[in-house]
Amino acid sequence: MVRTSSRWTNFVFQLLAIVLALAFTSLVMVLAKANPLEAYRNIVVGSLGSINKFSDVLVAWVPLLLATSGLLVTYTAGLWNIGVEGQITLGAIFTTWALRVLQDSTLSPGLIIVIGFLSGALGGMLWASVVAFLRIYGGVNEIFGGLGMNFVATALTIWLIFGPWKRPGIGSMSGTEPFKETLWLPTFAGLRISPWSLVIGIIGIAVIYILLQGTYFGLKLKAVGRNRRAAFLLGIPTTQYMWAAFLLCGLFAGLAGAVQVLGVYHRLIPSISSGYGFLGMLVAMLINYQPAWAAPVAMFFAALNIGSIQLPIVMKLDSTLSGVLQGALVLAVLLMDGVRQRLLRRR
Amino acid sequence: MKRTWFVLSVLLVLAVLLAACQPAATPAPTTVPTQPPAEPTKPVESTKAPEATQPAQPQEFVFGMLLVGPYNDHGWSEAHYNAGLYVEQKVPGAKMIYIDKVNSADRPGTTPEQLAEDLVSKGAKLVIFNSDDMKDGAEAFAKAHPEIIVIHASGDGAWKEGKNYRGLPNLGNVMGRMEYGKMIAGCAAALTTKTGQIGYLGPLINDETRRLAAATYLGARYCWSEYLGKDPAQLKFKVTWIGFWFNIPGVTSDPTQVADDFFNSGYDVVISGIDTTEALAEAKKFQGQGKEVRAIPYDYIGACKEGEEVCLGVPYFNWGPMYAKYVQEAIAGTWKPSWDWVGPDWNDINNPDTSHVGFVKGAALSADASAQLDKFISELAGGLNLWKGPLNFQDGTPFLKEGEVATDFQVWYLPQLLEGMEGQSVSQ
Repeated sequence: MVRTSSRWTNFVFQLLAIVLALAFTSLVMVLAKANPLEAYRNIVVGSLGSINKFSDVLVAWVPLLLATSGLLVTYTAGLWNIGVEGQITLGAIFTTWALRVLQDSTLSPGLIIVIGFLSGALGGMLWASVVAFLRIYGGVNEIFGGLGMNFVATALTIWLIFGPWKRPGIGSMSGTEPFKETLWLPTFAGLRISPWSLVIGIIGIAVIYILLQGTYFGLKLKAVGRNRRAAFLLGIPTTQYMWAAFLLCGLFAGLAGAVQVLGVYHRLIPSISSGYGFLGMLVAMLINYQPAWAAPVAMFFAALNIGSIQLPIVMKLDSTLSGVLQGALVLAVLLMDGVRQRLLRRR
Repeated sequence: MKRTWFVLSVLLVLAVLLAACQPAATPAPTTVPTQPPAEPTKPVESTKAPEATQPAQPQEFVFGMLLVGPYNDHGWSEAHYNAGLYVEQKVPGAKMIYIDKVNSADRPGTTPEQLAEDLVSKGAKLVIFNSDDMKDGAEAFAKAHPEIIVIHASGDGAWKEGKNYRGLPNLGNVMGRMEYGKMIAGCAAALTTKTGQIGYLGPLINDETRRLAAATYLGARYCWSEYLGKDPAQLKFKVTWIGFWFNIPGVTSDPTQVADDFFNSGYDVVISGIDTTEALAEAKKFQGQGKEVRAIPYDYIGACKEGEEVCLGVPYFNWGPMYAKYVQEAIAGTWKPSWDWVGPDWNDINNPDTSHVGFVKGAALSADASAQLDKFISELAGGLNLWKGPLNFQDGTPFLKEGEVATDFQVWYLPQLLEGMEGQSVSQ
């Protein structure tokens, strides 16, 4: 359906969607008695204005991209893996766990970090498998299963931080005791972004791109996503494919959690997922599940998040405005897609 | 669609390249503290950054503040925010920039040190971290930015005799001796309660919150037994911790619910130890339903305004004078790291220019109680020390022997609540 319409019509409708989203966000700002142009300028300067700012954008980009990558797999399989947030959180918990167990051992820090990543991936997969099990054998819609598991993941985090993993003598919302610096992902000098997390993010999306666009697995997964029954009748083992989709998404979400622990916070904090799971769902919807656009659009969203911090400093505006813009963009794109399909059908 | 994103990405990459091509300065620490560091984070457009070459002239000095809650929370963060306004007023050229809601729930994906850098990129040369929970961030930031003065309010990283001394040349601490304000609050509660049950709405459990809850109890017990002549064993004092300094739905216990539970189970005075005013709001609600209850908010001088008719008064912080001092010293280049635990000005605990800790009485405090409270305050001013033995910990083990007076160290790092108090001493 999308492929058959002309490229130019698509372009015009996408452009309209962006204009619509910007107009809506501007309207919100005008209502808040703020100058939209100044706000946009501040967001741009605050995200791309210096190499430090841009490196902070990358820090947000990597886990967001990993979450998006995972979600592309479940979306392709026709699954709404809303439990991705909890899967990120469990990844972070497993990574923290591995580091806590190994931090005083004689293993080299590099090896401990690698084990941390693997544990994170395992944690994400474990959490996803619960949702998968409920969905596939229990008939529980993955949206409800995922939501439930998200709550459990949050509760587990809080319990760990204020309970068994609390700092000596005190429980603190600032999280567990930070790991020693040898266990931090090494960063570029003076910046917060680690080349290793960049590598993981880029390899991650590349793997997903190839998997979904260039393999039989991807093709069959698409078939499962489009019409599960037809796919089954054509001989595709749909159960296995759904399991694979959930586990892959969990793996990527777990890696995102591991990056948050190893490369960003260096400890477990209460909201360790930073909402990247939900944001990743927006990104995936916005790009209409095409992996090629995950990287730039995730970058754009990350830049909005980082750049919007300028708003309260400079303009006394709340920085949740970036969320308004992100939400408006997704809604506008979906809306315009609907409008386009209606119009084209009429012709 | 592809083309749109292609164009967008090209623009993004271009912008990044442009940014990357700016000459990046070496991050080596500069020796002149008043010289604005040529850090690469400064946006090109910034025209505000002062060219500080002649410190004698009154020129703009930007200081930054990271507030853990909303700047208008009628509590801890607003007290800091108002102190910033005080500095702007008292120190010529001083200008505040701030970010509020600095916590990982409100600003996911950010760290305090990252937000502090945002302030620095807007010209801040002194940054105040206003929460205990920003300790890691404040220290990491201070290490990474030796040219910026870091004030961590409520921390102990600059206390040579403390447990967590870091020895960073650019990190200082300031805290008020709120124990006095809390003792006064406890006294006001004890003089008022009809049921003999006082509830304490606690935030999370740490050294600071334990010692403040304990101080409240000491003040309450003193006035209960000395002024009312009642048996200390008849005074119920219960602490319920919500888990954080303010309500985070789904994460902390709901302070509104906790306050309700107190009022519903016979506690007729609730003293707030959290940064926001739920206790007062709930007291007002219960009062409206005909129950005679009272509350004591915390942190902020204007906190009683939300419920004058049920407010016994508020112990508050007045950070302004200390912040003004730091900013003046920073401008003059004479600032040195110190750990300042600042008490009230006993000549007038509500003097806005000299007293770091104060207590304003509320409309609901009776005339009798008010007179007795004045007496208590003058006793404290005269040297009454309630941190004096015999005192036992909650579990019955001795804290202070007969006649022994607690040191600053013992009070600051109080390991448990005191005997006679109900509630958790240590988080589980």
